[in-house]
Amino acid sequence: MEKELRLMKGNEAIAEAAIRAGADGYFGYPITPQSEILEYLMEANPRETTGMVVLQAESEVAAINMVYGGAGCGKKVMTSSSSPGISLKQEGITYIAGAELPCLIVNVVRGGPGLGTIQPAQSDYFQATKGGGHGDYHLIVLAPASVQEMADFVEMSFDLAFKYRNPVMILSDGAIGQMMEKVYLKPQKKRSDEILPWATTGKPATRERNIITSLDLDPERQEKFNHKLIAKYREIEEKEVLFEEFMTDDAEYLFVAYGTSARICQKALQMARHEGIKAGLLRPITLFPYPKKRLNELADRVKGMLAVEMSAGQMVEDVMLSVNGKTRVSHYGRMGGMIPTPEEVLENLKLFIKGQEKWQR
Amino acid sequence: MAEINTNDIVRPENLTYVKSKILTDNVMHYCPGCGHSTAHRVLAEVIEEEDLQSRTVGITPVGCSVLMYNYIDVDFQEAAHGRAPALATAVKRLMPEKFVFTYQGDGDLAAIGTAETIHTCNRGENILILFINNGIYGMTGGQMAPTTLEGMKSSTSPYGREVATMGSPIKMADIVALLPGTCYVTRQSVNTAGGVRKLKRALKKAVQYQNEKRGTCFIEVVSNCPSGWKMTPVESNKWMEENMFPFYPLGDIKVPAE
Repeated sequence: MEKELRLMKGNEAIAEAAIRAGADGYFGYPITPQSEILEYLMEANPRETTGMVVLQAESEVAAINMVYGGAGCGKKVMTSSSSPGISLKQEGITYIAGAELPCLIVNVVRGGPGLGTIQPAQSDYFQATKGGGHGDYHLIVLAPASVQEMADFVEMSFDLAFKYRNPVMILSDGAIGQMMEKVYLKPQKKRSDEILPWATTGKPATRERNIITSLDLDPERQEKFNHKLIAKYREIEEKEVLFEEFMTDDAEYLFVAYGTSARICQKALQMARHEGIKAGLLRPITLFPYPKKRLNELADRVKGMLAVEMSAGQMVEDVMLSVNGKTRVSHYGRMGGMIPTPEEVLENLKLFIKGQEKWQR
Repeated sequence: MAEINTNDIVRPENLTYVKSKILTDNVMHYCPGCGHSTAHRVLAEVIEEEDLQSRTVGITPVGCSVLMYNYIDVDFQEAAHGRAPALATAVKRLMPEKFVFTYQGDGDLAAIGTAETIHTCNRGENILILFINNGIYGMTGGQMAPTTLEGMKSSTSPYGREVATMGSPIKMADIVALLPGTCYVTRQSVNTAGGVRKLKRALKKAVQYQNEKRGTCFIEVVSNCPSGWKMTPVESNKWMEENMFPFYPLGDIKVPAE
């Protein structure tokens, strides 16, 4: 079957891609700006076609714990929400990380803190990339910048989740969730009927019972387990970094931006080049693992890096850690659901070049 | 006289009781006289007698029975506090042919997990919820539970539960019996041999109803907590009979039409 071309919202693309990736279950709770994911799945009714379970839970808390239950059976399961709902899910997410279960969590970010706004933001970067819940853990975090990537990252996330037995988050925002673009959809994959050796599927006489837990009351064993997790995260940092570069070959100043901000920076970069400013862009695609090495290399040959984010300055801290003082780093951002224009990004690049930018650290 | 060892006594012809093969040899951590061990044993016997081991997935709670997976030889998932019914929902939906149960205490099921309990029962998930109600938080050291009786002392109700400020004890079995999704709701005990036999019959019915996809089965076991209640096991059973049973009367609350 050939790839199929459709005009879709980012949220719809995620839902359709999940069905086509052979997902076994989706558990969610409505919240703007991502309710289309649950709505689309309910209307598509994949129970009748692929057998995928779609359930509207009584809360985000219940939904993420349904994901835990499904993941513990070795099934391809997912949930989605937006910022306040993702905060509610954090308890479940840390249990899933602690029990080393694979799953996909989609966050279509809106402005905060608190109930905040329903407009797009990138203010959940820290929460997504530094753990989010209690305890030492990381999610693998993917940041799509188009509707096409919303679709493509679903299957990629499931693959990564099962490869490392680790939860994966797609960190999107209200803009990419709501906007419509053309998207090439992959053909329908069959749901897997493989019984995974660690999954709770009923104990046959041929193996010991499987126990899915994040509990160990022995501190020495728990510390060993923490080391095991760290080793896994280091391996992920070695092998799974993804990023995209634009005009970095001769760049003197580098934008660093992901998702919606990266698209805006692409336009600002063209405008800068038109004015003779040698600007470039590095777009991290994975936010954990972060493209630290590449930024450190680029720091040797640029005069400065400007992180552009729809936040008060979160990812910029990872840029600073990556370059480790080798070059000047600053941040330009809008918050509260406001999206910067390419013009204002360019204006702030010029201020940064002159050392007159407002954000100082 | 020749020395007698255990093997001389434990002969098939002498046996009147055999430990279920589904119970592991791990030493249970429960306090002497606690009802959890007996409830575990009865559940293990039912799993063995109904030949369910190879298709059972159990969900353990947070509370005294968090380590239940060390004692019963079936696949287990350990849930966050109160969330066991959410896990069980997904397990059963994704693998409808499995026998799925949760095992939860009163703090887990009737306080922090109330929403999951109500909505799982309301959806009529084809699972068994086994609810151990001893009216206290045992594991954390004897704090007031949602099911603590009026006037009952605990470390967080040191002058006795005052209904005006702390609310009344909550009768979860009666609440979930009102929901169309539940097919079988019953309240049992494990303090006497008769009680144990009745619980076993109730569990077997729950297995049958789950096989027949009738809806949620909810079995409450009114139990004791000698340590939390600061009583000897014998005293705690007497206190339970005199105080818990009148408020939480034993027997079927809802049975399916045959």
